[in-house]
Amino acid sequence: MHEWALAESIVMAAVETAQKENLKIITEVTVHIGELQQIEKEIFLFALNELAKSQKPKIKNDAFHLKIEKGTLTCKTCGHTWKYSDMKKKLNETESESIHFIPEVVFVHARCPKCGSPDFEITKGRGVTLTSIKGAR
Amino acid sequence: MTMEPRTSVIEKRLKNIKRIIAVASGKGGVGKSLVASSLALHLAHHGYKVGLLDLDLYGPSSHIILGIKDEFPTEEKGIIPPTVHGISFMSIVYFTQEKPSPFRGVDISNIILELLAITQWGSLDFLIIDMPPGIGDETLDVIRYMKTSEFLVVTTPSKVAMGAVSKLLKILIELKKPVLGVIENMTMTDSSFIKQEVKKLKVQYLGKIHFDETLEEAIGNADRLAETQAMKNLAVVLRKINL
Ligand SMILES: Nc1ncnc2c1ncn2[C@@H]1O[C@H](COP(=O)(O)OP(=O)(O)O)[C@@H](O)[C@H]1O
Ligand SMILES: [Mg+2]
Ligand SMILES: [Zn+2]
Repeated sequence: MHEWALAESIVMAAVETAQKENLKIITEVTVHIGELQQIEKEIFLFALNELAKSQKPKIKNDAFHLKIEKGTLTCKTCGHTWKYSDMKKKLNETESESIHFIPEVVFVHARCPKCGSPDFEITKGRGVTLTSIKGAR
Repeated sequence: MTMEPRTSVIEKRLKNIKRIIAVASGKGGVGKSLVASSLALHLAHHGYKVGLLDLDLYGPSSHIILGIKDEFPTEEKGIIPPTVHGISFMSIVYFTQEKPSPFRGVDISNIILELLAITQWGSLDFLIIDMPPGIGDETLDVIRYMKTSEFLVVTTPSKVAMGAVSKLLKILIELKKPVLGVIENMTMTDSSFIKQEVKKLKVQYLGKIHFDETLEEAIGNADRLAETQAMKNLAVVLRKINL
């Protein structure tokens, strides 16, 4: 489960931000998870809560809120926009697992469904980002 | 707010690596991958714990040189690179299955960040990086995220190669990055042109690896590679910097 490594980055980034803001306690952290990374929500939440236990400043129990962001891709060649969930059906297990580790290999394993170009971009739903931190001073 | 969390964890991932050596050049095809792979093998043979990271995302080559196939990282609190010939080996090839890789610059940076954030190297004496040519995203990201990295620069005897290599050396000097020295690879004469050019920049010239006609046959076979004249020349060059 490489989710652990990403969870660790979230916790460390939250703690760094809280220290900069002089927070004494972190009460709420919102995390966006891109669909392309296909993260197991439960595993990820478990890892976050485990990692949160021994931090300074303290992180409140159940502080983490996860939001899955749907994957959207746009072709730079023809302008077509499509959903990752539609494209995923055409990927085999190895391909989809590779994208789970490194979302950018989607350009290796997939093409624009309209014009066949590999020159498209991930407009939404790439990876894991921290979108808000709340706490008290 | 949207915050990139991966940068926060990279330092921790690299914490137990004693030295990071990026094998770089301003030019392609000069032997960076050969030197990086051979250096990793050489250090592993001397009993060091060694990692090799192939950052040439368009044209990864280290796995071809070392004959690494059918390997995949294990997933455990990140990904643990497989150990082959005593080297912990990480490459994009695990995820691209040898298909062409059309990446733009922003994708390159994202991939490097992801690899650095999720790879669990454990403790290493050396992490060797096989760099792509030039001073683009990969080089800038290594400088940005792998702050302790030292550079080992490769050129051929060609004036054309040295032209590009001089630019790389100048920017490394400007950014105050440690440059271990310059290796002149694939030499066929005893010209001293490269040596003089390197000295002008006050960088250490480390010596020559001769063009080795038998090298191609050893590609893909780590044991045979270790026996080549090129590897013997490299060992002599490396003694100058105590490797
Ligand atoms: N000293 C040498 N003698 C003969 N062939 C060499 C030597 N060094 C490198 N080569 C060959 O030259 C080619 C380019 O080397 P490579 O390491 O892939 O360069 P780079 O990584 O700089 O692009 C490869 O086929 C390699 O086997
Ligand atoms: Mg190379
Ligand atoms: Zn298209």
